[in-house]
Amino acid sequence: MDDTERRLADLHAMWRIRALEEKIRELRIGGEEIVGSVHLCIGQEAGPVGACTELGPDDALFATYRGHGWALARGVPAEGIIAECAGRATGVNGGRGGSAYFTAPEHGFHGENSIVGAGLPIAVGAALAGRFDGAGRVAMTVCGDGALNQGASHEALNMAAAFRLPVVFVCENNYWSELTPIDEMVGEPELWRRAAGYGMAGARVDGNDPDAVRAAVREAVERGRSGGGPTLLELMTQRLVGHYIGDVEQYRRPGELDRAREAEPIARLTGELEAAGVPAAAVEDARSRARAEIERAAAAALAAPLADPETAKDHVYA
Amino acid sequence: MPETTQRPAAEAPVAETRKLKYGEAVNAALARLLAEVPDSLLYGEDVGKPGGVFGVTRGLRRRFGDRVFDTPISEAAILGSAVGAALMGARPIVEIMWADFSLVALDQLVNQAANARYVSRGAAPAPIVVRTQQGNAPGACAQHSQSLEALLLHVPGLRLAMPRTAQDAHDVLVAAVHADDPVIVVENRSLYFGDKAEVDLGGAPRPMGWSHLRRAGRDVTVVSWGAVAGQALAAAESLAARGVEAEVLELTWLNPVDMDAVLASAARTRRLAVVHEANVTGGFGAEIVARVAEAGIGLDAAPVRIGAPDVRIPAAPGLAAAVLPAAGPIAARIAAMTTA
Ligand SMILES: Cc1ncc(C[n+]2csc(CCOP(=O)(O)OP(=O)(O)O)c2C)c(N)n1
Repeated sequence: MDDTERRLADLHAMWRIRALEEKIRELRIGGEEIVGSVHLCIGQEAGPVGACTELGPDDALFATYRGHGWALARGVPAEGIIAECAGRATGVNGGRGGSAYFTAPEHGFHGENSIVGAGLPIAVGAALAGRFDGAGRVAMTVCGDGALNQGASHEALNMAAAFRLPVVFVCENNYWSELTPIDEMVGEPELWRRAAGYGMAGARVDGNDPDAVRAAVREAVERGRSGGGPTLLELMTQRLVGHYIGDVEQYRRPGELDRAREAEPIARLTGELEAAGVPAAAVEDARSRARAEIERAAAAALAAPLADPETAKDHVYA
Repeated sequence: MPETTQRPAAEAPVAETRKLKYGEAVNAALARLLAEVPDSLLYGEDVGKPGGVFGVTRGLRRRFGDRVFDTPISEAAILGSAVGAALMGARPIVEIMWADFSLVALDQLVNQAANARYVSRGAAPAPIVVRTQQGNAPGACAQHSQSLEALLLHVPGLRLAMPRTAQDAHDVLVAAVHADDPVIVVENRSLYFGDKAEVDLGGAPRPMGWSHLRRAGRDVTVVSWGAVAGQALAAAESLAARGVEAEVLELTWLNPVDMDAVLASAARTRRLAVVHEANVTGGFGAEIVARVAEAGIGLDAAPVRIGAPDVRIPAAPGLAAAVLPAAGPIAARIAAMTTA
């Protein structure tokens, strides 16, 4: 793949996530298909797109409730994601998980998590298992900036470093933890610097550039596979939307969203491709193909039956 | 984060009645307590500047300044620092945003807060107040839907209340902050934005442990608590049309629990049903039934426990509705025991 092809592929992959999130937002606001709390990753598409191409089929990815984009980038079909959000029998978890908790191990997507910080120790365990099962697995866990303050995160970072486990800790620093800014909640807002304290590699990455993310993740994955231990990557990004759908975002600082829109990954890559003379039709094709795919997926998802209440008690035990 | 340490003067509560929603009553109680208890502090995630994710603490930072503040997402530090501050004489009122999240910091509740008074023979109590909320609402996920009161009630040393009405939401907090024990107040988010009700905001702190006889009846005693007590009450009303008079006792406090009222009612009606949103196994309903049995009260029908089956709570609203107790099925279970 030449440089332009790769960048167009990135644009298309980011558009798939954007279109999915916009469709889910439409269904949540516009009707009764999706109810409850839904956390979108609009503006944060570069992270999953850059990172997931570096993971192999046996690698294990753990995301958070803001994980639709990570699921899609990992290969979970959009139809199953939308169906899960809409409580359909055909959802990736048959309606049990919902937007914030879906799990698709067949795609190496080992679960979103709604407990902030809980995914980090679990990823350590996935990497640990690789010591014994010979899978050569790298575990990647995604969390927010705020999540690094939960006690379990510290324990996980330390244990991974102590055992030199192949874990890539990806922190998406979008500045906000729900309604509170990270810089008021930590003494050192450069979160990647914590890595040194644990004795692991760390870096701050432009999280709105899929290629920069890819390069950093590739290095981290290689380090992990070759016995060099874990890495903490801090991806600097922004969410262009509220913490959840319906958040009125009164906490935003003046000018913040305008600046974020200028830096957001899709507009930025589109601008770069146009400036490089890539034909407008190719750029438009990346967008329209993604939108068409998501529209088809949504139609199929919503045509499926609701999860059957008769099955609500299934699967508690083996 | 607080930057000043000035201790305000205590203000006497103002005798006042206002029409408030449940969440507003919590807010009014917190405002009153910050004014009348100079050592009180109010903190938690998003509690200060944003005014809480449900808006329940809105305006309090503006009014009370640095004694109301936001914390990192650090439940162990929130609860542990509350214990430490309480040991030094502060009155921390802390929020754990959802009861499910208290589980990442149970050590501070179970091993620390609950122990402090006992092991020091009363010399070093840790009177913290923990506000949290629990239960299911449509579309919540499995990690935001649990009813965890029984887990905490197993721990001696912790007090626990589950107010359902705006008045109780206010009164419970006032009682909790004036009490010398660690108290956990479990609210329910489905109640925050309900109808307004008259709330007396000036009353003196009451001793913990009250309950309410919400409906008198001769045929069966229904004991319930939390949001689902509303369903139990609705079930009782619907049963009246079928000639079954259910007595509904709503427990505001589960520790201390008003067993006198339960025993007196059960002895009168000679039938007992407990209704809770939590799943049945190991639930607090089992404790109520056991205590009635231990008291030697003869019942005319086997007692009934109504709650969620032993299942995780699913996300899809249709699936959740299939496992959570609601008025219709509650009424059916009670009707079956009264005709038995
Ligand atoms: C243990 C725990 N505490 C609190 C919460 C409530 N909560 C949900 S999302 C969130 C903010 C997390 O912020 P961050 O980690 O920065 O991730 P972002 O939402 O920005 O992606 C909080 C406090 C939770 N789900 N789990």
